[in-house]
Amino acid sequence: MAQITLDKLAHSYLNNPMTDSDFALKEIDYVWDDGGAYALLGPSGCGKTTLLNIISGLLVPSKGKILFDDRDVTNFQPEYRNIAQVFQFPVIYDTMTVRQNLEFPLKNRNVPQDEISKRVEEMIDVLDLGDKANRKARGLTADEKQKISLGRGLVRYDVNAILFDEPLTVIDPHMKWQLRTKLKDLHRQFNHTMIYVTHDQTEAMTFADKVVVMYEGEVVQIGTPEELYDEPKHTFVGYFIGSPGMNIIPVDVVGNQAKIGIHSLDLKGDYANLTGKVELGIRPEFVSLNKTESGIPVQITGVDDIGRFKIVHARIDSFEINIVLNEGESIPSNPNVTLETSRINIYQNDHLVRPIVNGRGL
Amino acid sequence: MQKTYNNKAWLLVIPVFILVALSAIIPIMTVVNYSVQDTFGGNKFFWVGTEWFTDVLRSDRFHNALGRNLLFSFIILSIEIPLGIWIALSMPKKGIWVPVCLIMMALPLLIPWNVVGTIWQIFGRADIGLLGHTLSLLGIDYNYTNNIFDAWVTIIIMDVWHWTSLVVLLCYAGLVSIPEAYYQAARIDGASKWSIFRFIQLPKMRGVLIIAFLLRFMDSFMIYTEPFVLTGGGPGNSTTFLSIDLVKQAIGQFDLGPAAAMSLIYQLIVLLICYVFFTVMSHVGTDKPVEEKVE
Repeated sequence: MAQITLDKLAHSYLNNPMTDSDFALKEIDYVWDDGGAYALLGPSGCGKTTLLNIISGLLVPSKGKILFDDRDVTNFQPEYRNIAQVFQFPVIYDTMTVRQNLEFPLKNRNVPQDEISKRVEEMIDVLDLGDKANRKARGLTADEKQKISLGRGLVRYDVNAILFDEPLTVIDPHMKWQLRTKLKDLHRQFNHTMIYVTHDQTEAMTFADKVVVMYEGEVVQIGTPEELYDEPKHTFVGYFIGSPGMNIIPVDVVGNQAKIGIHSLDLKGDYANLTGKVELGIRPEFVSLNKTESGIPVQITGVDDIGRFKIVHARIDSFEINIVLNEGESIPSNPNVTLETSRINIYQNDHLVRPIVNGRGL
Repeated sequence: MQKTYNNKAWLLVIPVFILVALSAIIPIMTVVNYSVQDTFGGNKFFWVGTEWFTDVLRSDRFHNALGRNLLFSFIILSIEIPLGIWIALSMPKKGIWVPVCLIMMALPLLIPWNVVGTIWQIFGRADIGLLGHTLSLLGIDYNYTNNIFDAWVTIIIMDVWHWTSLVVLLCYAGLVSIPEAYYQAARIDGASKWSIFRFIQLPKMRGVLIIAFLLRFMDSFMIYTEPFVLTGGGPGNSTTFLSIDLVKQAIGQFDLGPAAAMSLIYQLIVLLICYVFFTVMSHVGTDKPVEEKVE
């Protein structure tokens, strides 16, 4: 187990990267705590797998260093980094039995036979594979195979980190939940540093203590699930996390007032002069439809009933806004909306800006 | 689950039956017809029952030719399969050399059998052939026309040269279909090169290897043109394989009855061996839970 330090790390697949856009992974400086559960979240092609492969050693970064505790492992091959990785598609050794699969990494490392038997027995137990231990791994279901891939990492007690590359992609929905819970349990039990790559926010939020959101090769926010939900630091985070995502509406901000077209809104504090692209972000959960005439008038364009609540799609002038409506509430004939002041975030060029209090930025 | 039966389906299968009947069943039945009759010319046939079959099965001529065939196929398979796998493993996985290698590999496969025979016949001649002349200059007494060993070596090298590419191409196709993650996982598990071959590459090539094995067995067991062109079955009868003998009997001596019986036996042997190979190979590694040790 180890603390993993990314020191000014960046990677480009080109030989001579010139501009920022040549980098698949833009410069990142971060320390992953020993024993933490992290999720790397982002859409396809955002660089999360690149980052994972750099940590596992399958890729050597073009810039910067990576340290396990205090050891520089930047140029170490994966076999010398003592990490484990679970891939998107279950990787198992078809011709071996489940038990032999779990023994394999230990045998390759010349662990004594009695120690191997002890650990493998324990691992078979932990993974609930007891009745299948002597079966050929080929015939198992995808989730069982994925458990074996995970088990091959866990039998090595001393791994520095366990990396997951979208491990639930091929798992049936009802098994996903079980396997996720299992992962969480295993994390508590063994306290390995775990890094989990996914594009599924539910997986990321339930698995991780800290979620690293990536977008176009850049880490846009690292935070707990609550932080990502309440105060996204980037409009992408707001949009990507939550279902439906955050409403992002262009506004003009003057002092503690924001203007959407001709409509004015109170903000939670005074803002400095903002230039460039200024937008307001608010989660659909904090927008309410009013029965009275007060608020900003909207035109409703559609309603999705998803059971526990309804999502109302509406427009303020030409700007789209989604509203979450609890079950049983009706849609008024002359709809007006109110935006909860304390939940409004302001973004300048996609990045969060905070109001000035006592003349200082917070 | 309840199965439904609909006899109308047979109607849809009829065209295939007709085609197969015309292309396979009827020709085979004429052979069967010859194999149980004798003729003295003038298109007069006499029923002889299984006489020809017993004759063929008891003749040394058949036993010797069959022995040569089995030995030849055994040598061919034990050279071409490992060599093919080894070449496929050493071929590049990406880059501009991939098409170059593939085309080089495919070239021998494009050459007709009798041309291959002719090429090697001239290539091996001690007076004008590049190989034969070079060998005799080196002081090696090489002559495929009157030395049995030299004749066999030449035919085997010729076949290896002609057909190893097929094994290579099949194995290569099997290898490139292995996802990169398998190799990455093996590295992380600390697997040796041999382990990667034994537990990843070989199992993943199983399907194509079965095909390569069967194709190479059938082809080598039925080899005709190349030895016919190169040695004509000689020296003596040393390279007279079943197919060459069959043609001699059927067309050379016009012994239709024995030839028909022999070709049926020949066919049954090919079928039987292929069936056994296929059954064994497709069950390797898939069997039910067994406590077999993996080292």
